[in-house]
Amino acid sequence: MNVKVLLFCLLPAAPVLAQGFAGLGTDAEGFAVPERGRALQFPRDHGAHPDYRIEWWYLTATLQDADGRDYGAQWTLFRSALAPGESEGWDSPQVWMGHAGLTTPDTHFSAERFARGGIGQADVAAAPFAARIDDWHMTSTAPDGADAYSALQIAARDADFGYDLRLEANGPLVLHGQDGYSVKSAAGQASYYYSQPFYSVTGTLDLPGGPVAVTGQGWLDREWSSQPLASDQTGWDWFSIVLEDGHRLMGFQLRGRQTFTAGTWITPQGQATALPDGALSFTPQGTAQVAGRDIPVRWQIDWPEQGLSLQTAPVNPQSWMDLTVSYWEGPIRVTGSHDGRGYLEMTGY
Amino acid sequence: MSLLALKDIHKSFASAEGPVAVLQGVSLAVQAGEVVALTGESGSGKSTLLHIAAGLEPVDAGQVLFGTQDMAALPDAGRAQLRRGTVGLVFQQFNLVPSLSVGANLAFQARLAGKHDAAFCTDLAARLGLADLLSRYPEQLSGGQQQRVAIGRALAARPEVLLADEPTGNLDEATGDAVFALMLELARAQGTGLLLVTHSARLAGQCDHAIHLRNGRLA
Amino acid sequence: MTLQALLSHWARNKMQLAMLLAGLTLATALWSGVQALNAQARGAYATAAALVSTDGAARLESPSGQLPQALFVELRRAGVLVSPVAEGRFIMGDTRVTLLGIEPLTAPPGTAAALADGDLQGFLSGGGYAHPETVAQIGASDMALTPSQAVPVGTVLVDIGTAQTALGMADQISHLMLTGPAPDAMPEGLRMAQADAGAELDGLTDSFHLNLTAFGALAFAVGLFIVHSAVGLAFEQRRGLFRTLRSLGVPLRSLTLALALELALMALIAGLAGLGLGYVMAAALLPDVAATLRGLYGAPVPGSLQFSPVWALAGLAMAFAGAGLAGGQALWRLWHMPVLAPAQPRAWAIASGRAMRWQVVGALALGALAFVLGVFGSGLFAGFALLAAALLAAALLTPAALALCLRMAARLARAPVVQWFWADSRQNLPRLSLALMALMLALAANIGVGTMVASFRATFIGWLDQRLVAEMTVTPRDAAQARELEAFLTSRVDAVLPLRRVDATLAGQPGAVYAMRDHATFRDNWPLIQAAADSWDRLAGEQGALINEQLARRAGLWPGDRVALPGAGDVAILGVYPDYGNPLAQAIVTEDWFDRLYPDTPTRQLAIRTDDPDATRAALLDEFGLTAQAITDQAQAKALSLAIFERTFLITGALNVLTLSVAALALFATLVTLSGLRLVQLAPLWAMGLTVRQLAGLELARALVLAGLTMVLALPVGLMLAQVLLAVINVQAFGWRLPLQIFPADWARLAFWAGLAMLAASAWPAWRLWRGGGEPLLRVFAYER
Ligand SMILES: Nc1ncnc2c1ncn2[C@@H]1O[C@H](COP(=O)(O)OP(=O)(O)O)[C@@H](O)[C@H]1O
Ligand SMILES: [Mg+2]
Repeated sequence: MNVKVLLFCLLPAAPVLAQGFAGLGTDAEGFAVPERGRALQFPRDHGAHPDYRIEWWYLTATLQDADGRDYGAQWTLFRSALAPGESEGWDSPQVWMGHAGLTTPDTHFSAERFARGGIGQADVAAAPFAARIDDWHMTSTAPDGADAYSALQIAARDADFGYDLRLEANGPLVLHGQDGYSVKSAAGQASYYYSQPFYSVTGTLDLPGGPVAVTGQGWLDREWSSQPLASDQTGWDWFSIVLEDGHRLMGFQLRGRQTFTAGTWITPQGQATALPDGALSFTPQGTAQVAGRDIPVRWQIDWPEQGLSLQTAPVNPQSWMDLTVSYWEGPIRVTGSHDGRGYLEMTGY
Repeated sequence: MSLLALKDIHKSFASAEGPVAVLQGVSLAVQAGEVVALTGESGSGKSTLLHIAAGLEPVDAGQVLFGTQDMAALPDAGRAQLRRGTVGLVFQQFNLVPSLSVGANLAFQARLAGKHDAAFCTDLAARLGLADLLSRYPEQLSGGQQQRVAIGRALAARPEVLLADEPTGNLDEATGDAVFALMLELARAQGTGLLLVTHSARLAGQCDHAIHLRNGRLA
Repeated sequence: MTLQALLSHWARNKMQLAMLLAGLTLATALWSGVQALNAQARGAYATAAALVSTDGAARLESPSGQLPQALFVELRRAGVLVSPVAEGRFIMGDTRVTLLGIEPLTAPPGTAAALADGDLQGFLSGGGYAHPETVAQIGASDMALTPSQAVPVGTVLVDIGTAQTALGMADQISHLMLTGPAPDAMPEGLRMAQADAGAELDGLTDSFHLNLTAFGALAFAVGLFIVHSAVGLAFEQRRGLFRTLRSLGVPLRSLTLALALELALMALIAGLAGLGLGYVMAAALLPDVAATLRGLYGAPVPGSLQFSPVWALAGLAMAFAGAGLAGGQALWRLWHMPVLAPAQPRAWAIASGRAMRWQVVGALALGALAFVLGVFGSGLFAGFALLAAALLAAALLTPAALALCLRMAARLARAPVVQWFWADSRQNLPRLSLALMALMLALAANIGVGTMVASFRATFIGWLDQRLVAEMTVTPRDAAQARELEAFLTSRVDAVLPLRRVDATLAGQPGAVYAMRDHATFRDNWPLIQAAADSWDRLAGEQGALINEQLARRAGLWPGDRVALPGAGDVAILGVYPDYGNPLAQAIVTEDWFDRLYPDTPTRQLAIRTDDPDATRAALLDEFGLTAQAITDQAQAKALSLAIFERTFLITGALNVLTLSVAALALFATLVTLSGLRLVQLAPLWAMGLTVRQLAGLELARALVLAGLTMVLALPVGLMLAQVLLAVINVQAFGWRLPLQIFPADWARLAFWAGLAMLAASAWPAWRLWRGGGEPLLRVFAYER
């Protein structure tokens, strides 16, 4: 077994992405725990929270080139702590993992980076904001006084692909759940969770065939916690959707003994409505053989109260992040009561 | 007093069917200059008797006397000394030293016994028809030639007693007769006692007397 | 049916069978044992290599040794995939280990495998992984150690942070492993070292393994002599049986097939037994071999043997090949035998006059080949080929030479028994010749290797005395402590001589440049093999460098030539110094120049000259607060060096003894199988008045005389062998050439052992003859009717 899997899966602080989720429901020993009612503060909370077990900066972008061809890009930095707190040098308990994905209709690229905290190979600074691991970075290009996330540059690169994207936010930050306190199970596990779903994106993809100029829309998720899942929860299906009328929908279901759903309905102006457990329903519509398993790549999403009925289809059904920690993550097209585009992440299959 | 006397010799060999008595009370004596022929069927014990006389084979009972010297009383070294100086032996086969030339074989026992006489040796070789073969090696000789070397070697040492086991068995009749005659002549001239195993009644007839071995006893 | 008839022969000749099997078993055992040792060592190099690099991946290092950790971060941030390593020697518990600090998240997959099953959190918080043998060696220690077969012996694998703390290398790393593509432009102060540790070890230890293999082959050859003689004799003795079988209508083809089958059966049995024995032998020798490899090359070889099926198959194949080689002649002769060949066992080597002439011709041809190789050949392989040709030539010449000696002795002899003794010995020579050739080979190998080792030892001890003049050496924890130590000591002792070095490629070879302070200690004592005029003054004047013998010989560089030093360009070679026990190239420049060429190179050791080592030691311990482990005194260093030296040749000694034993067994086998034939030859003498005791004594004497003569013949061959080993093989394998010295006492000892071996080999047949009285001899006559 790979040492990195060991580090990321077997340690109590392994990320939610890991399959099996062994040990994730345990109590947060010494770690800070999300509390209802604690107000998020920016720019402080854009930075890292080393007292919490896990945290991520998760950017997805649905992109098109001049010919209208669909692409998707993903840039993620995970933080996982072996113990709460930060210290200098090799003693630092912080471990970092970077994931980069790039999807075209016929190919899916993925790459990963690992780093120890404390030595400068990877870190996240709140102000001026920069998240880095090796030469991958997500850096704020926002003018002074503006929110750090209002303008970003992200870049990642591996042997056979890379991208460099500029993002401009056309709307405010959106807090999920109750002012950013997002419940993750009926038993009350929760995380802090907010997003910037209003990016317009321009940039360049480096593909084996050469550079491709793209434009599109991006969505940044920020989440941190110490006890995100209940012990019986085996995986999740998570959607971020930008509808053509300017509305956004974030919705997910956590699969377990009892399925737990949650979501946020966001108006074009950034007004957020939290959707409680059971408001949304997610129904698999068709599976594909991906990396030797059956994965539901087509979904039906219903929000009966609002008369919302969406069908999703992947740009590339083989959007498999074939990494030390592996999962499905890729751009989708949305049709039905509303048309749109989005990103889908599925774990635990 | 006889040169060699065997008294009441008993000898048996172990076999699969228990001990086989080969000699059952054989007594004989050979005097100086006397030629005794020993005859008997194949397997009657002639060779055994000769081996006993030479001190090669121990006896079960009985005495072997050289003059007054009792063989049984001698240590191994003493018996060897006796074989070296007193007794001459001629076997049917296997009797030459393969690593020595004919000349060296002829002189070997004489030199061992300290009785080497080069002139006598040369003469002997000539009379045995070996003069041209002196530098050859035993393996290069025919059976008859080897036999003559063996006889020559025993004679060259001028032993007091010469024990010969079918010495002419490998020789054609004419050569055999000649060699036999030479042995008789030398034995008589040197006062050697000669005990001689032969199948030939004709040759036995030429001896001073002949004894016949049958069923372990002298007939 | 035919096979059954053939096999019945062995039931009646159990001893012969035993010898045949023993010969083949021993040959297989020695060969496969040596192969097992080699395989084990090579496997260990691979483990070591896998731990510190991805398949042959390059590493980035600084010529001056350490790198700042910041450079690692800088490179990663520039997108260069590298992983940091901090390593160093470290005393743990009862032993000294290599502390290998890695960063598990960026390390190549091989490293991860070493950590696969264990407590990772423990690893990151200060735990270590080590080979079970190393764990045992360390005994009690503060570090939590997890046993792992994937870690090379003598290494403790720890997290880089743990290593930095333990080794006093805060924020410093030893080198970087490149885990992705090489950077487009090499960063300042870095260079790429292409070869990984495994390949380097492979190169360095190749000669050692070739040595072992040569020994194994020699032993195998000696073993085959036994098999050949046993098979040949059995063939001769069964001529009658073959004739009978054939006249009964058994086709030649089935008869040959049956004989081949019989041979194969023996090969199978002996091969399996040989494998077992070889395994046991290898397991017994491995600790010494491992110690040698560790001492000489720093190669991490565990001392416990692992079983490999490939090795077993190869060993069996060797047994079959050996049996085929030894029995091929018999099969060939059977194939060509007329139906009514004489059944009489025509003493089988008797057609020996011609055989011996052919042997002489062969010997001359091989001698010529050896000469050509000696004059024109180059390289280790040519060296061994030369040895093989010369040894084989000497072996082939042995019977003829012995025959000549015996003939001359027979000329001089007067007494008939003495004359017979020589003549008989000569006549039996062909039957013994194979065994005597084996003895000759074993003795020559013993003399040659013994002389080489003894010459080496004598030179080595003298050299150690010269080189280890410093009363003590101190190993500082880090550069800062080195500076403090130097300041502390300067007023207290006669001289403090710092040792600094940077790794460098010299004339294309891996090596290092050392700094040497201009001091009388070196001028007066440092031995030089060749020196330019005023070499020390010119060294002090920064006009050139000294290089070690390894570099001089391998690159053909001598005073008057120039060698490129990193950063200094081509510099004049001022002298060549012997440097035994070190496989790498070296150059020495004066300290000031060194510091300008390679600034900030840390001091690794300080050599101390003092009249009062005890007081200095006490001051270092009590006032300075150094740990006792950091101080090595002269006697300790000498003892350590000598111990390494002795261990290096322990395996050689063991193989020597084994080879001699095999030769003794060959003699024993031959003498036993010949004893029946001997009876026929001895019986007439017994009848003519020699006692059995005399005859038995003569048999023993003959064996001793033959052993003695063989020993005398082996002497010049052995010396030639020693000369080749010292002047060709050593130069090629290790890079140093040593003067041949002569140790007659060793020869006497060897002669004694050879005599004893010969006595042992001839004792049993002689004893049987003696104990039997005249009985067995008489039976020779009893067959005549
Ligand atoms: N060493 C011995 N062991 C067993 N039997 C023997 C031995 N020597 C001779 N015999 C037996 O003794 C008998 C007499 O043999 P031998 O004296 O050779 O007879 P001859 O010479 O009269 O032909 C034979 O039956 C022979 O088989
Ligand atoms: Mg008879």
